[in-house]
Amino acid sequence: MASISVQSKDFNIGKEIALLKGADNEVGAIVTFTGTVRDVGGTLETMTLEHYPGMTEKELERIAVIAEDRWPLRGCRVIHRYGTLKPGDNIVLVITQSAHREAAFKAAEFLMDFLKSNAPFWKKESRADSEKWVESKQSDTASLEKWKNE
Amino acid sequence: MKIRYFSWIRETIGKAEESLVKPKEINTVHELLEFLSKTSDGHTAALKERVFIKVAVNQVHADHKSLVADGDEIAIFPPVTGG
Repeated sequence: MASISVQSKDFNIGKEIALLKGADNEVGAIVTFTGTVRDVGGTLETMTLEHYPGMTEKELERIAVIAEDRWPLRGCRVIHRYGTLKPGDNIVLVITQSAHREAAFKAAEFLMDFLKSNAPFWKKESRADSEKWVESKQSDTASLEKWKNE
Repeated sequence: MKIRYFSWIRETIGKAEESLVKPKEINTVHELLEFLSKTSDGHTAALKERVFIKVAVNQVHADHKSLVADGDEIAIFPPVTGG
């Protein structure tokens, strides 16, 4: 059963890995993905993430259940932040663990691909003279396609 | 029904949510969007580019052909950009 958090506060990756693994020594592979606020050119002041409370948690749980059905995971953790963040701040953390690396790698990538196209979050970038909602990328939709053939 | 707006759609309309007694002739998301788009200049502007409008019915992703009923929570938003 995946553990999902949608929160404004930051997370500690090391602590989250230790918590997920606990005393399960049948785990032989742990994969983490961390998404951070990117600033190309040094002009970004803040990034604000809006979300749809209620639906966000349901969507993340739905996506995690699909991953758990598909790969033999021994643990799955998803944390996604909302609110106003600064360049370099953590946005999202996915941890998957399994007996062997292939399931952990694939499930982590799958979770991020599905999260990016389905979890109801919207990013707004603020610069000194402008505010702009980030546009969705065609490549994110394309990323979903490859999982149909896996 | 409760209508919720997010991101630039919320900003363009100027409110995060509104309540609506479902008119009898509205049975699908498409018909609801047609109706809402005529309710103010903000709605017209926000809902103009239908191809960019995503919806959820009762917090589950839906499409423009999905059915709507009184009592539903309908969310209207642009493509998501989290992660």
